[in-house]
Amino acid sequence: MLAGLQCILRRDMLLAVRRPTDVLNTLFFFVIAVSLFPLGVGPQKETLSQIAPGVIWVAALLAAMLSLGRMFSRDYEDGTLEQMALAPQSLSLLVVGKVMAHWLGSGLPLVLIAPLLGLQLGLDTNSLYILMISLLVGTPVLSLIGAVGAALTLGLRGGGVLISLLVLPLYVPVLIFGAGAVEAVRAGLGAQGHLSLLAAFLVFAAVFAPWTTAAAIRISIE
Amino acid sequence: MSSSGIHWFKYSSPASFYPVAGRLIPWFTALAVVFGVAGLYVSFFVAPTDFRQGEAYRIMFIHVPAAWMSMFIYVVMAVYATAGFVWNTRLSSMMARSLAPTGALFTFIALWTGSFWGKPMWGTWWVWDARLTSELILLFLYIGYMSLYAAIEEPRRAARASGLFALVGVINVPIIYFSVQWWNTLHQGASISFKNAPTMAASMLTAIVVMTLCFWMYSIAVVLTRVRAEILEQERHTTWVEALVREQR
Repeated sequence: MLAGLQCILRRDMLLAVRRPTDVLNTLFFFVIAVSLFPLGVGPQKETLSQIAPGVIWVAALLAAMLSLGRMFSRDYEDGTLEQMALAPQSLSLLVVGKVMAHWLGSGLPLVLIAPLLGLQLGLDTNSLYILMISLLVGTPVLSLIGAVGAALTLGLRGGGVLISLLVLPLYVPVLIFGAGAVEAVRAGLGAQGHLSLLAAFLVFAAVFAPWTTAAAIRISIE
Repeated sequence: MSSSGIHWFKYSSPASFYPVAGRLIPWFTALAVVFGVAGLYVSFFVAPTDFRQGEAYRIMFIHVPAAWMSMFIYVVMAVYATAGFVWNTRLSSMMARSLAPTGALFTFIALWTGSFWGKPMWGTWWVWDARLTSELILLFLYIGYMSLYAAIEEPRRAARASGLFALVGVINVPIIYFSVQWWNTLHQGASISFKNAPTMAASMLTAIVVMTLCFWMYSIAVVLTRVRAEILEQERHTTWVEALVREQR
């Protein structure tokens, strides 16, 4: 069973390495989007550090959302997705592989560069640590939920905006608790509650999203 | 299966349901008007002035029924979408599609009237607490459902894709409902419960219930009208629709 997962994971990672622009585009969008806020809001440190958790989280959300289009579209266009649906391995398993590869390419880089951006916006060390952890737990949820949206909108025109419309309402709880975790740490309360809830979202999404995505893929390709 | 009596499954065919819906609409419209007049009368003239909020609280008689309907319609929409998945009936997805705009309207009314109530009562038009945020998400889910349905040209794929999306979003409805229990929110908790006696005056409860019935009858009338239009559009290549169009000319 795991062989199918490994195969898809290795394939998608190889494709991502051969086309680094996809990964780098997401990363650069994240950096640029966060950098726009000091320019727009003004450079006062207090204001910036106050809005920093929300800004970084929203930019991570938007970056994750923009990268969703390429999760299945290339395989859909050349017929590989159909072959995956016809394969003896369960489609949900193959979807898990694709989502993992997508997260490694678009979510993990955000987690790694977030502390730098947090410093840019004036967050202290404790908050930076919790920011990284909240993003580490939250970005896989974004990839999992986004996979459902990406699968529902396969091959449609106006896909990017439509995915946003579908996926952003479902992202809102993750945003609330992710940014809330960092705010809680800054207010001196613990972030355990927020992080626990984020972890619960992760478990819930990991159980239900692959199956839902497989169903959505089957709807889209027939 | 008895051989006499109503053959219910016959009405899952759009061609059979179309005339039945047409005959039902006037009845539900009449009921909506009757309940509406009665409800508004009780709301404005019978329900007493609230000792803390004065007269401004009366917007509750629109706000609460609209909020209940927004959640109820979403669940009904999800049920119809599931029925469309399970039994592959076109009419189920047509009903789901027809329910969405009415649900979105009630969600908007709930949010809008809630703002009008919030200003005199809490001093603010809006607050990002759990219940208001999740109701706003419900509005976005309705809009997402309608956009997805409209974006896909092939009707069967459109129905199934948007039905799946509606099912994914249905988890939001219990979150809205229980949000006032799970979090410390600015929005007040439930005053009406099946287990305890209501904490408000009987006439206020009557007004809320009558206005809810009014909105419910209105929803049925409007949804049946919309589904008739949906049937005509999706079945336009069938002989019965062509005959209907010809005799209308």
